[in-house]
Amino acid sequence: MLTIESAHLRYGNRAILEDVSVGIETGSFTVVVGPNGAGKSSLVKLMTGESEPSLGTVRLAGADLSAFSPRALARRRAVLPQSSALSFPFTVAEVIRLGLEAGGHRLMPSAIETALSTVDLSGFEARSFETLSGGEQQRVHMARVLCQIGEPASWSEPRYLFLDEPVSSLDIRHQLSVLRIAHDLSRKGAGVVAVLHDLNLASAFADRILVVSNGRIAADGPPATVICDGLLGEVFATGLKVGRLPPATMPFVLPQTAAFPT
Amino acid sequence: MTLSATQATARGHRAPAAPGDRSAMARRAIAVLLCAFVLVMLVGLGTGPAFLAPNEVARILLAGPDGVGGADTSLADRVIVWQIRLPRVLLGALVGASLAICGAVMQGLFRNPLADPGLIGISSGAALAAVATIVLSGGILAPFAAITGIYALPIAAFCGGLLTTLLIYRIGTRSGRSSMGLILLAGIAIAALGGALTGFLLYLSNDQQLRDITFWSLGGLGGASWTKLLAGAPMMLAAILAAPFLARGLNGIVLGEAEAFHMGVDVQWLKRASVILVALATGAAVAMSGTIGFVGIVVPHLLRLWIGPDHRALLPASALGGAILLILADMVARTVVAPAELPIGILTAALGAPVFLSILLCRRGFAGL
Repeated sequence: MLTIESAHLRYGNRAILEDVSVGIETGSFTVVVGPNGAGKSSLVKLMTGESEPSLGTVRLAGADLSAFSPRALARRRAVLPQSSALSFPFTVAEVIRLGLEAGGHRLMPSAIETALSTVDLSGFEARSFETLSGGEQQRVHMARVLCQIGEPASWSEPRYLFLDEPVSSLDIRHQLSVLRIAHDLSRKGAGVVAVLHDLNLASAFADRILVVSNGRIAADGPPATVICDGLLGEVFATGLKVGRLPPATMPFVLPQTAAFPT
Repeated sequence: MTLSATQATARGHRAPAAPGDRSAMARRAIAVLLCAFVLVMLVGLGTGPAFLAPNEVARILLAGPDGVGGADTSLADRVIVWQIRLPRVLLGALVGASLAICGAVMQGLFRNPLADPGLIGISSGAALAAVATIVLSGGILAPFAAITGIYALPIAAFCGGLLTTLLIYRIGTRSGRSSMGLILLAGIAIAALGGALTGFLLYLSNDQQLRDITFWSLGGLGGASWTKLLAGAPMMLAAILAAPFLARGLNGIVLGEAEAFHMGVDVQWLKRASVILVALATGAAVAMSGTIGFVGIVVPHLLRLWIGPDHRALLPASALGGAILLILADMVARTVVAPAELPIGILTAALGAPVFLSILLCRRGFAGL
């Protein structure tokens, strides 16, 4: 269990997060949504230990997050950044190997091969990372993060996976496949947290949705309760229409435009 | 590069590496560089007014400085090899290795293939302190020169490098976090200021001091002796031996500081350790041989094209590559206009700049260039 208790985050005089309390269970898929600048990435940074709260605490398995060494944290959680450019000519295999080393795993060529086939990039091992497209680079980083977190069967303690806009550069097929991979990991015991902008993807995959607005958690619950006209319209300050898809009553969101009037 | 990686795996290796993983090739490259280093050492020791073949040099080395280790060797040859050429070649090796390793560390830390201790003012700070010691040791720095004796220059250059580094680091750090971009820009400003102050000292200096200062600005291994070597070697050797401990962190930071932290790197520790290591090695190298340019940029860059950017291989390979380059450059410097000597900095710049430009031209459009 990863818990944030009454956390505040300030940069100088600017309050980024105010009095945030939230717990992330293992075996669950939590999606963080909210408008630009609401504090979504900052919330994830608190969870990963990248930022320390100005007030309040962040605990992992009962111990303060700051008590863990960076290396100990890297063995328990992996983080997929929004974007990451490389300044040196790494091959795809070398990028993924960094993940294996960070997770403290043995360097098996088969692990790299498996991770690449999971993200639909089989045979890309020897390709130069910098010649790949943005979407392919994002999937290589996903494979690196998967290697860092390791095979669920080998976990002696729960793992956490943090994905900051993991599908921003991906086509619809790969958006779905990356989120399925993350969802599968949550079913195998990982605590998965993803920042997403697509409310329909959030609705389709999340066990729980956190709506962040103005540095506070505006709503927290399963998609069926959180995805509703009034709340989303207010948070995103735009006209949205929520419908329901039977039989699971999964909510979906359409923008209010001339083509979709209320 | 991709092609050579594929070829390397196609050739086969007892521990099958994943395609695209150049670590096996990097190990072979280091072995090749090690052999080349030994060969270049022997050739370097044999080259000069009295030529000695590499096998003769090896025999003289094995016989020991007093010739008691066996094989009949002449006293003159032993003096030439042991007293005159060995300190110089070893100094060249240490300075070359230090400069190249500092370049590789800086480039990893700044995530920029053009970063170099010279660029962020560490070399100019070290050179300024050295020049100040030369010009002012008869004046206000007399007590310092009296206390430190023959170690005055290396200590001054080291302190100059370290102070400059700390100053730049301080400017670039806010609430415990260092901005590498800010450090780079502050370094350029400090380097310019150091240049101005060195210029002022130049204006104050007399003819003899002017000659000494010219040596600092162009670089050279002349005047190498065991005493001088022992004064600077420990700092350079310490930095060369400590550098591999930074490799894992530097590999992570290539993806970005946040990513490095996510992958288990203590980023603030890495930055501090790297900066101290670079100040140590650059300060000592500048103290021993003046400012020698381009080794720190060209050697890691060429090696990265060959073995890839993994710092665990790149740092030792750079040390060997830098040592080889500087021993070779020194051989040319002391033979091409014999009995006079060319300043080695002229040679490294004359050789390094065209190589560097040709790399840029070949790789235009690749590697983010």
